[in-house]
Order: sequence, then C-alpha cells, then structure tokens
Amino acid sequence: MTDTASDSAGDKIRCDACPVMCYIKPGAAGACDRYANQDGVLVRVDPHILLQRTVAHGGKLVPFQTSGDWDGKIVHQPELFVTAIGAGTTYPDYKPAPFIVSSELDGVDMVTVVTEGIFSYCGVKVKIDTDRYLGPETAIVRVDGEAIGHVTTSEYGSQMLSLGGVHHLTGGSKKEGRVTCDALMDLSNCKPVEMAIDSGATVIVQAGEAPVVNGIREERMRVGCGSATIGMFAKQWQGKVDEVVVVDDHITGVLSEHQAGKLLDIAATGIRMKGRRSTPGRYFQVAEPGTGWGGTDISDPLAILGPFDPKTARPGMTMLMVSTTGEHAGYYVLDDALKPVEQPMPPELKFSVDRIQENCEPALCTVLFMAGAGGSLRAGVTDNPVRLTRSVKDALTRVTSGGAPVYVWPGGGITFMVDVTQMPAGAFGYVPTPAIVAPIEFTLKLSDYAALGGHMDFVLPLKALKDASKDMRELPWPQPGHRA
Amino acid sequence: MIRRPQITLLADGRRLHLQDGPIDLIVAADGATADVRAAYQAAAARFTGLLDELCAELAELRRPADPAHCILQGLIARRMYQAVAPFAATTFITPMAAVAGAVAEEIMAAMLQAAPLSRAYVNNGGDIALHLAGEATYSLGLMDRPDRDGMMRAMTIRASDDVRGVATSGRHGRSFSLGIADAVTVLARTAAAADAAATVIANAVDLPGHAAIVRRPASELQPDSDLGCRLVTTAVGDLCDADVAEALAAGEACARQLLGAGLIEGAVLQLGGKGSIVGAPPLDIVRPRQLPAAAA
Repeated sequence: MTDTASDSAGDKIRCDACPVMCYIKPGAAGACDRYANQDGVLVRVDPHILLQRTVAHGGKLVPFQTSGDWDGKIVHQPELFVTAIGAGTTYPDYKPAPFIVSSELDGVDMVTVVTEGIFSYCGVKVKIDTDRYLGPETAIVRVDGEAIGHVTTSEYGSQMLSLGGVHHLTGGSKKEGRVTCDALMDLSNCKPVEMAIDSGATVIVQAGEAPVVNGIREERMRVGCGSATIGMFAKQWQGKVDEVVVVDDHITGVLSEHQAGKLLDIAATGIRMKGRRSTPGRYFQVAEPGTGWGGTDISDPLAILGPFDPKTARPGMTMLMVSTTGEHAGYYVLDDALKPVEQPMPPELKFSVDRIQENCEPALCTVLFMAGAGGSLRAGVTDNPVRLTRSVKDALTRVTSGGAPVYVWPGGGITFMVDVTQMPAGAFGYVPTPAIVAPIEFTLKLSDYAALGGHMDFVLPLKALKDASKDMRELPWPQPGHRA
Repeated sequence: MIRRPQITLLADGRRLHLQDGPIDLIVAADGATADVRAAYQAAAARFTGLLDELCAELAELRRPADPAHCILQGLIARRMYQAVAPFAATTFITPMAAVAGAVAEEIMAAMLQAAPLSRAYVNNGGDIALHLAGEATYSLGLMDRPDRDGMMRAMTIRASDDVRGVATSGRHGRSFSLGIADAVTVLARTAAAADAAATVIANAVDLPGHAAIVRRPASELQPDSDLGCRLVTTAVGDLCDADVAEALAAGEACARQLLGAGLIEGAVLQLGGKGSIVGAPPLDIVRPRQLPAAAA
C-alpha cells in the first residue's frame, strides 16, 4: 500500500498460498496465521490447528459427507495423510514396517502402512522435451565419467534417457554405484545433474526445468516435424513466397512438392533437395543430427539444397528457409544464375516465423522415479507378501509415494512410477549399499489388512503417532504440478 | 491450479468447518435433517471462490472508506462498505474492519436461501452471524481475559431481540487494534455492523501517550496492513485501577454514542479483568475455564 511506513527490511516475501498474497516479514506470519516467513522461506506453520484442537478435546474425526450423494463439484481434502518420508526402515525387511497407522477416512477404518523402501532395483526415466540432438540411441550417459544409464528410444519429439537400475547401482565398480546413486537421488529430489552422453551432448537435467544442452538453456520444442509444419502453415505462406523449406533433423518439408502445396496449386520451383525422399515434399536425412538448424548439424541451410532445375526455376523466385522451432530462418531470392541470395525478410514472412515460435511448447525435463517393491519390503507390511501384491492388483490397496499418486505397472511384482515433482521436497535418500531410499505407502481397509495377514499387533492410531514422534512434518496435500 | 477451500464436518458430526486462506468459519444449523444438509451444501457452494471474489477488490477494500461514495462492486465488499460508512466521516476506517462479519453474513444468507432453519450461526473467528426463528435462543459465552483462562460469563440472545450479529475486537485477536481493550464484544443487527463497531469501540478504549503501552506501526508488522503506518498496540504493561477505569470510560462513551445512533444494540467492554456493559442485558456468571458447546 502507498501509505506503509518506510520499510527497513528488504527480505519480506510474498505468500502465494491464497489470493490475499500477503507480504510477510521475516519471523512474521501472514493474515491467516498458517504461513510464515522463516529466514526468507515460506513455511506452513500450523496446518491442522482446528483438527488438532478437536482431537485434543477428545473429539472424533468424522469426514464430511459420508453418504455419497454430494454433487461432486467440491472435492474435500483428506484430513491428514501420513507419508513415509523419514519413517525409516531396515534392510532386508524382517520386522514390521516402522509405522502402521490407522485413521478414519470416508467413514471406514483405514490403515496406512508407512515405510521407506530401500530400492536397489530402481531408476529414473527422464523425458527431455527438446528437439536438440542429445546423442545416438543406446549411447552411454555418464556422470563424472561413470556410466549411469543410456539414451533410449525417443518419444514424439522428446529425448528419453533411462538411468540407474540394478546393474549400474550394484553391478559395476564401487564408484559407478555411488555416482549412479547420487545422480538418481539428486534427480528425484529435483536437483540439477550434469551428464555427458557418449558421441553426443552434455546436458544438465533438472525435473520441472528446461534442459541446458552444451551450456545453452533450451527454450522450446519444435512445433512438429518439417512436413507437419508445412501442413500447418501452407495456407499462411500461399501468395507470399514461391518456396518454403522447413529444415528438420527428422523430416524436412518442401512446400511446392508437399501434398499441402499441391492442394493449394502452388507451382513447382525446380528446387532440388539433398537427402532421401520419403514421399513428395518430405525428405529424410538432409544432414547429420546436431545442434544447428532444426536439430541438424548445419549452420548454412543452403548446404542441403542442390542446384535449382533451370527448366523450371526462374530468376527472382523467392524462398523461405526456416527451422521447426522458428529459431533459425532466412529469406532468399534466386539471382540470374539461379543461385539463392539471402535478402532481408519481408514482414509478412517474419510474422509466419514468429507464429512457428509461438506454437512451440516450452522445453522441459520431467523425471519419473521407477522402482519395484517386490521383495522383502512387502514382508514389513504383511506376513504373506504375495497377498499384498494381489491386493494392489485388485485395487483394494492404494499405493502412494510421499503421498503422491503412482502408476503401478501391470504384471508381476509392485513396480511403480511416480512424478518426482509431485512429491514433497527432500523425499529421497540413500544407503551405502548403494540404493535409493524412497517413501512408499500402502493404504487399505483395516479389515482387508487383517485378511491379508497384516501385522495387526503393530497398528497405531494416528493420534498416538503424532504424540510419539516430535519430528513429524506436516505438509499441505500435494497438488498436481506443485511440489509441496 | 484450482485452489479449493477446506470443507469438513467437525468431530461432533454436526458443525461444518470451512477454511480458505485467512477465512476460517465454524457453521452450525438446526432444523430438519434434510434442511440442515441443504443449508450446509449451500454454504459450501457459496464459500467456494468467495475469497477470490474479495481479493479481486482487495486494494480498494484496504483504502479508507469514502463516506459519500462507494465504488466497490462485490456484494460482500459493498456490505463491508455499508458497515463502515457511518464511521468514515469522523475517523480512519477501511472496509476491512467489517470483512469477517460481512463474510459470515453472506454464508448465513446463502444457507437461509437454501432451506428453512430454526436457528443457525456462522462464526468467522469470533465475528458471528446469527439466525433465530420462533422461540429459539442462543447462549453466548464471553471471556473476561481472552489471553488467558479467566472468568466466563454468558448472555442469552432470543429471536425476539434485534440482534443478528455479534463481533469481538481487541488487541489479542488476529487483527491489529489501535486501542488497548482486551475484548470489546458488540451486539448489532448484522454481523458486519457488529464487526465494524467492535473495531471502533476497541480503538476508543485507550490511554493516549501512556508510558506502559507499546505501539508499533502496523506496516512494520504486516507490510500490506490496511492500517498503514498507524501505531498499533503490541504490549500493555501494568496499569493502575484508575488507568483502567479511564480507558474503559473512553470506550464506554464511544459505545453509548453508537447505541444512541442506532448502530449497535449493546456492547461489553473488557480490560484488565474489569468490564463494563453498555445497553446489553446483565451477564450470568458461568464456571471459569469451561467452554460451553453453544458458544463454539
């Protein structure tokens, strides 16, 4: 506000937990008394004050709307969910999981078996949304010179890395295992990791951030392959230029030969492309992959053209060459010898280049942690481990990791994947085995838990856990796309 | 990302708890089961997005109210303005002085539109909207020292009274006070009116320039406070009986003026264990250190 007193402390922070958007000074709380500024960091102070007061007064926690005919528009939050972070465990798991907690949810007695799993069979799948060439398929990915994984098959314009796994963790040298373990832990905790790909690029990967390839932060993905780009923009080019070449590492498109150009009656220009023709107007392998135009290794786009056919081409013909991200573009006019000469780009073509850029998605790294909870971990949950597996398959038991939803891969064992950006900060740790320690929670009905051979003697009510453990951390319920 | 308020029933299975950002409501309704249910659903529906609605005009709501002219658009914002407008000509006041009461009133209105209820309250952190029909009554508990376990007194509010709003202001609450009152509880025809008046009377319970009173600019404590650089009370040292009597008398004079102008129905002022009642019925003493369920 304009009439605030002179502000001596410059380190106030703005809370974005609700639309009030309070400015909070260090050591002070916002208008809600729930969020505070602790040494410049926004912390949640007392998230369940009313709930706790109710419990302290001997009250019973009852969820709202148990009969189920709510209109479904307003989703109420689960009252409290205990995550496994910091629960601790032993390996192998010969004794009951550290915390087996019961609480009421949706009117039934629920039990959450909370444990930190030690996963030597684990890894991360990294999806890097960029067209920038990172390295050939199956190339080794290294950190500090140690192999931690490899480049795997790409997925619709994204480069995929498969990192970790038991062979790198425990099958190689001691150093390889340690470096792999550190890289997996850092990636999973959303920290940046620099990796070098054999015969490829050096890339810094951080979950939720753009990749940095050979020291340059990527901004966007290509709008589509060169052929797709022709299809999208052919109409906008018609009448403004005689020829358009969209340069791409995978498929380079040529407007006058492309089906889209034919439909618009765009005349042949006598252009001759290098590379291997796929279908009309679509060329594979116009150049080697690289970090130049459209993910190729070229810096002069004319290098992918042969001489124009003098039977068709005329002096004065115009040509636009553009990459599939719109980051590179050039405008050329054929001289009397039918050689393209670069000229300043007319504004209406500049507009179409900008339009390509505008339609590109931002470059981004995403990290899925993937692990198998198949082994002795299950014994910490039940004395008949296979029944836990079956219970998960039958959807009677819900699996979460740090409270975040997981995808359980069909088939044997409990192999799950989780988006690390949805997990609370610092959720992952390691043991010197080396192996990654990750939280895993199994939530099921108390009656189902007893039926599958659960450690009923070790079930604690939620209240007892809160009383017993002073270093419990309470966090807001994870929301999609936001790290708690 | 859509931010959703927290909507739950409390432990007794009877009261509804609604929370979003700084708004924290306890709602109770009595009536036919289906009606209570419909009322709670209406309350939850109205509550969703309510904070965003307020925040859309937050900058204007934090400015001093212009006594002659209201440029606010939202229903709740305009209700806040109406509640503070009678004070705006003579004192510094922003519509924020009535935010809690106005929100409570809005939720109550949504519930009553959805279903008939015999009685109901919406308690927004001590600023309470009431509904009473027929012979219904509410028992209202008041603590003499909200900052510690003290004496509890109670008053009964009947359907035949004009009181439909109760609000408490003082230096111990979440909002800042310019005065030194431990608590000023105001009864008024609406919750927003009670809220604004409680703020004004609590500000009037004061000993300007007294050495035992520590004050700091509001903006030093909360950078975006609507009180700006005005001095708010952060601590009150030992006061002699005469000091307490003088401060209470100043507040009482203010309360009497508001009562005479028809802005409030009554007020109870508390400072240092001493109290004074303006226009309200005498209070029954309830056992100390005990919160009756009806007081919520």
